Amino acid sequence: MAEKVMVKGTEAIGEAAIRAGCRLYYGYPITPQSELTEYMARRLPEVEGTFLQAESEVAAVNMIYGAACTGRRVFTSTSSPGFSLMQEGVSYIAGAELPAVFVNVVRGGPGLGDIQPGQCDYFQATKGGGHGDYRMVVYGPESLQEAVELTSKAFDVADKYRVVSMLLADGLLGQMMEPVEFPDFVDLNTLPDHSSWAMTGNEGREAHKVTSFNIDPYGLEEMNERYQATYKKIIENEQMHEEYMLEDADVVIVAYGTIGRIAKSVAKMAREQGIKAGVFRPITLWPYPYEALSKFTDQAKLFFTVEMSAGQMVEDVKLSVNGKKPVEFYGRMGGVVPTPTEILNKLKELV
Amino acid sequence: MPYVEKFKGPKALNGKEFTYCPGCHHGIIHRLVAEVIDELGIQGKTLMVSPVGCSVFGYEFFELDGTVAAHGRAPAVATGMKRATPDKVVFTYQGDGDLAAIGTAEIIHAANRGEKITTIFVNNAIYGMTGGQMAPTTLLGMKTTTSPYGRRAEVEGHPIHMSEVIKELDGVAYLARTKVNTPMDVKKTKAAIKKAFEAQLNGDGFGMVEILSTCPTNWGVSPVEANKWLEENLVKEYPLGTFIDKVGEAK
Ligand SMILES: Cc1ncc(C[n+]2csc(CCOP(=O)(O)OP(=O)(O)O)c2C)c(N)n1
Ligand code: SF4
Repeated sequence: MAEKVMVKGTEAIGEAAIRAGCRLYYGYPITPQSELTEYMARRLPEVEGTFLQAESEVAAVNMIYGAACTGRRVFTSTSSPGFSLMQEGVSYIAGAELPAVFVNVVRGGPGLGDIQPGQCDYFQATKGGGHGDYRMVVYGPESLQEAVELTSKAFDVADKYRVVSMLLADGLLGQMMEPVEFPDFVDLNTLPDHSSWAMTGNEGREAHKVTSFNIDPYGLEEMNERYQATYKKIIENEQMHEEYMLEDADVVIVAYGTIGRIAKSVAKMAREQGIKAGVFRPITLWPYPYEALSKFTDQAKLFFTVEMSAGQMVEDVKLSVNGKKPVEFYGRMGGVVPTPTEILNKLKELV
Repeated sequence: MPYVEKFKGPKALNGKEFTYCPGCHHGIIHRLVAEVIDELGIQGKTLMVSPVGCSVFGYEFFELDGTVAAHGRAPAVATGMKRATPDKVVFTYQGDGDLAAIGTAEIIHAANRGEKITTIFVNNAIYGMTGGQMAPTTLLGMKTTTSPYGRRAEVEGHPIHMSEVIKELDGVAYLARTKVNTPMDVKKTKAAIKKAFEAQLNGDGFGMVEILSTCPTNWGVSPVEANKWLEENLVKEYPLGTFIDKVGEAK
């Protein structure tokens, strides 16, 4: 571990990807993450990597698919409208059981929306988006340090299970500057060996066929059963969350990403005013830490979800709470970031 | 007993029976690609990107590492693959629906970047797999299931000439249009395919062969009539020839 350095969010994620052993980036510019694309354009040649600006997000994701077929670590980043365009490719990558890492720096939507930070792509990220029964591992970092660590994790998890993993960030995270401690560069020779399935040329072995395709419904059902078995393992092993001042909390504020971070200030302010609040911050948004959250249904009087959306994660909170306690919601839309004070005022109204 | 050599297919094909209709040219074209791969001695390092369309099973017939791209996206997939492993030979195999409709952007940009990949473009002027709908390459007046009154320029637009469009792009190292409905044409097509691969092997740039092809099933004619129809109609709209040959000119 090196000393702490001051960096910008988008650059922190790019550098983390390179340190995680990724040498391939194909992407297309879109605010508020274009600096990440620019960083990779500048940085990858310095480490003998490959950067290519695609003609569209549709092309970028398919380039990622092609590179992932060769078994190498691949990476792209985009923002909401761009990720919508990538859904076709994400579904194919998931179906072909290829490892790949995506970053979606979410902005206000729907449609062209604006370029301010949003959390309104939660459904798209955690419930699908592309066609077919597939899942992505989705991480919601709250800080640059966490984003850096989760970037490494995203590559490891993608490689381990041969799935798509994604950092669901927002414009706040992308634009902020913070001191970060980067991990060391991964030795490229120690990366997982994908030679048993990857397309590397069939010199001296049987040909490898890497596809999401099977015209026989029984064959395709078998493939789907294999996907689901993988997802089950991920659910069992990869859930992450943070508990903050929850030991004695009456109110569980549930929030992820940068709003999770703001929620911690809210909990502190609430406690100063005599409300025993704490924060449950899911770090993996899929697999969602349902059980960990449901443990608070006996203790807490109220669950309070805060999001920069119309209330998308609130559905997962309700699933965890399963009707045992009230679940309230507060959110802002259109790229508006709620302030700690307005969240606290809403909380005070509720208790 | 006279010595009879057993008929052997090229090594780059695995001998599985093709699933194409009788008289369809996809089978001939597969065989030519495989023979070229054998002759160039590149079987062990060639990666195939199959399309969506009748030849979606292409990857199943070739004894090569292969994948199936989303409809039209093969050039982007091949780009990602080639840039990840520049020492491999990467080719796409695409129909007209794949390359000239949904995948127009991907082919134009891959060609323009001079992507060191090879594209085999099979133009049968119709969507085969989905049952004979109009393609961008469908001829004026030609009846298809979605142009039941015959293609009209003012309603459905004009047939698109992809080779003529791609010929204007500076990244292209080899580009030819051929056909395979006579033995002589088969020989010429094989030579063109070989050059398109050589363009990649030499690092010259993008190589493509557009091959005029039949779809007897969806044209609603016999295989023999289909060959004739191709000769009399398709060739008129899509003149044969070598548009670009810069093979051996790189560096
Ligand atoms: C995104 C998407 N849209 C539509 C289809 C349906 N589809 C399958 S094959 C095809 C047409 C293929 O025609 P062509 O490329 O000319 O190949 P051919 O079958 O004639 O060999 C279409 C539209 C698809 N698979 N994916
Ligand atoms: S439908 Fe047409 S293109 Fe498809 S296999 Fe049959 S003849 Fe060939």
